[in-house]
Amino acid sequence: MSIDEKLFTVKSEPDKVSHLHPDTEQCVRCESKACTYVCPANVYEWDEEQQKLLVNFENCLECGACRIACERQTLDWEYPKGTKGVKFKLG
Amino acid sequence: MRTENKTEVIVVGGGPAGIACAVTIARAGREVILIERGSFTGAKNVFGGAIYAKPTREIFPDFEKTAPLERKIILHKYALLGNEDSTEITYRNDEKDNENVSYSVFRPKFDRWMAKQAEKEGVIIITETVVKDLILDDGQVVGVKTELEDYYANIVVLADGVNSLLAKKVGMRNKITPYDVAISVKEVIKLDSEKINDRFHLKDDEGCVYQLFGGSMLGMLGLGFIYTNKDSVSIGLGVTLNELVENKVRPYELLDQLKQHPAIAPLLKDGELLEYSAHLIPEGGYKCIPDLFADGVMIAGDAAMLVNNMHWEGTNLAMMSGKFAGETALRALLEEDYTAEVLSHYQQRLEQSFVMKDLRTYKDLMDVMHSRCASFLGYFPKKINAFFKMFTTVDSIPKKDKYRNFIKSIFNDRNPLELIKDGGNLLKLLWGILK
Repeated sequence: MSIDEKLFTVKSEPDKVSHLHPDTEQCVRCESKACTYVCPANVYEWDEEQQKLLVNFENCLECGACRIACERQTLDWEYPKGTKGVKFKLG
Repeated sequence: MRTENKTEVIVVGGGPAGIACAVTIARAGREVILIERGSFTGAKNVFGGAIYAKPTREIFPDFEKTAPLERKIILHKYALLGNEDSTEITYRNDEKDNENVSYSVFRPKFDRWMAKQAEKEGVIIITETVVKDLILDDGQVVGVKTELEDYYANIVVLADGVNSLLAKKVGMRNKITPYDVAISVKEVIKLDSEKINDRFHLKDDEGCVYQLFGGSMLGMLGLGFIYTNKDSVSIGLGVTLNELVENKVRPYELLDQLKQHPAIAPLLKDGELLEYSAHLIPEGGYKCIPDLFADGVMIAGDAAMLVNNMHWEGTNLAMMSGKFAGETALRALLEEDYTAEVLSHYQQRLEQSFVMKDLRTYKDLMDVMHSRCASFLGYFPKKINAFFKMFTTVDSIPKKDKYRNFIKSIFNDRNPLELIKDGGNLLKLLWGILK
């Protein structure tokens, strides 16, 4: 089962704007790009052509792993607005 | 003094710590507001998991009568998973009058139930509200800023979970590193209760907890788990974040591999995924505990890193720390003194209880495991499986030769210096526990 299929089981109310704000300049310099693999919801993808971090924030499970794993410590991470984000049924 | 939007105590976060704290305060007839960012208390909460009856009864004495419980855990299984083999130990307790039981629950359901009880007892709960910052007056915390409005209180209790951005903001804790937290991913898989009972050797509402060592995480600092629920099974794993960073692996791929292990796959066969989830676990232990109190503020539960990772305890430490914070708040309200001096009683209460005593007992555990996980969670589990392979294999080789070869193999596989380090670290742990 793919991660997208797994994420399909999570009830969520995504916001229109992202609550995850990577520092795009720092991302270019980042060597590990750890967020692209530690994230349990595959939120981050590195676009080699654009040299840019793509953020699928709608998938975010709000765990905070990316914030702590960020090599440059420059990921500005906040909780989604009170009415938004995941609503676990079983948790 | 401010009177608008002012209450006696504000609790941030509707998990076990926050609810235990708030209900303790409300029961004494004092004003308390609990602010939760989820659409209901529990909506953002995840654990394995099981709750423990004794500490839960201290907060909600009759919870077993009405709380949404799944199964009563009577079976504890420990499995060392090699690549194609495994060794299991089972402890089963069929005592009818065992009081200190645990129950598998779903946190969104259970926490919602706890919050309902707390509301009945006078706690005001505000949901769908994120606390963005704390309000300080001359260094003392006097309220919270939410997305919409400011609320003031004599005391603010931070029970805002593992990420506790608020504790960080007011400088009560250092930056969390990838060594201090585990990322946990979990799947709840629907299965008929009859199938669960057959596969896990249970009857009726009896439940089982599996602790899985090795498997897809062989040699990494991480463990897998299975909890049986009424009509589903929760399977997941927790692995320290630094392992993912260093090994460049994705947590859900580790879980997929774990589910495919030959010892595990038959337990889940024909199951249907109900929900996938993820959360961080504060694993850092004693050495990562932040300042627990300051003028006008206390920190409880995961936000205070109160997790005993050796025994898989967290919810009980959260509840007890919430209760102690609540009782300390009551004392401060009585004395009308909200300074760090009075709130320091919170830390004293924790120190006198099992909470800090246990965390201190295992204070070296994470250091030891970080430095020795390749051997304690890799080499030795493999070797235990190899021992049982040797012991159970009938191959016409004289037993004496087999035993000798097995012992010899340890010295061939391992550099003697590594063996000395293994032994030294084991002694260090034991000394920490027993001294």
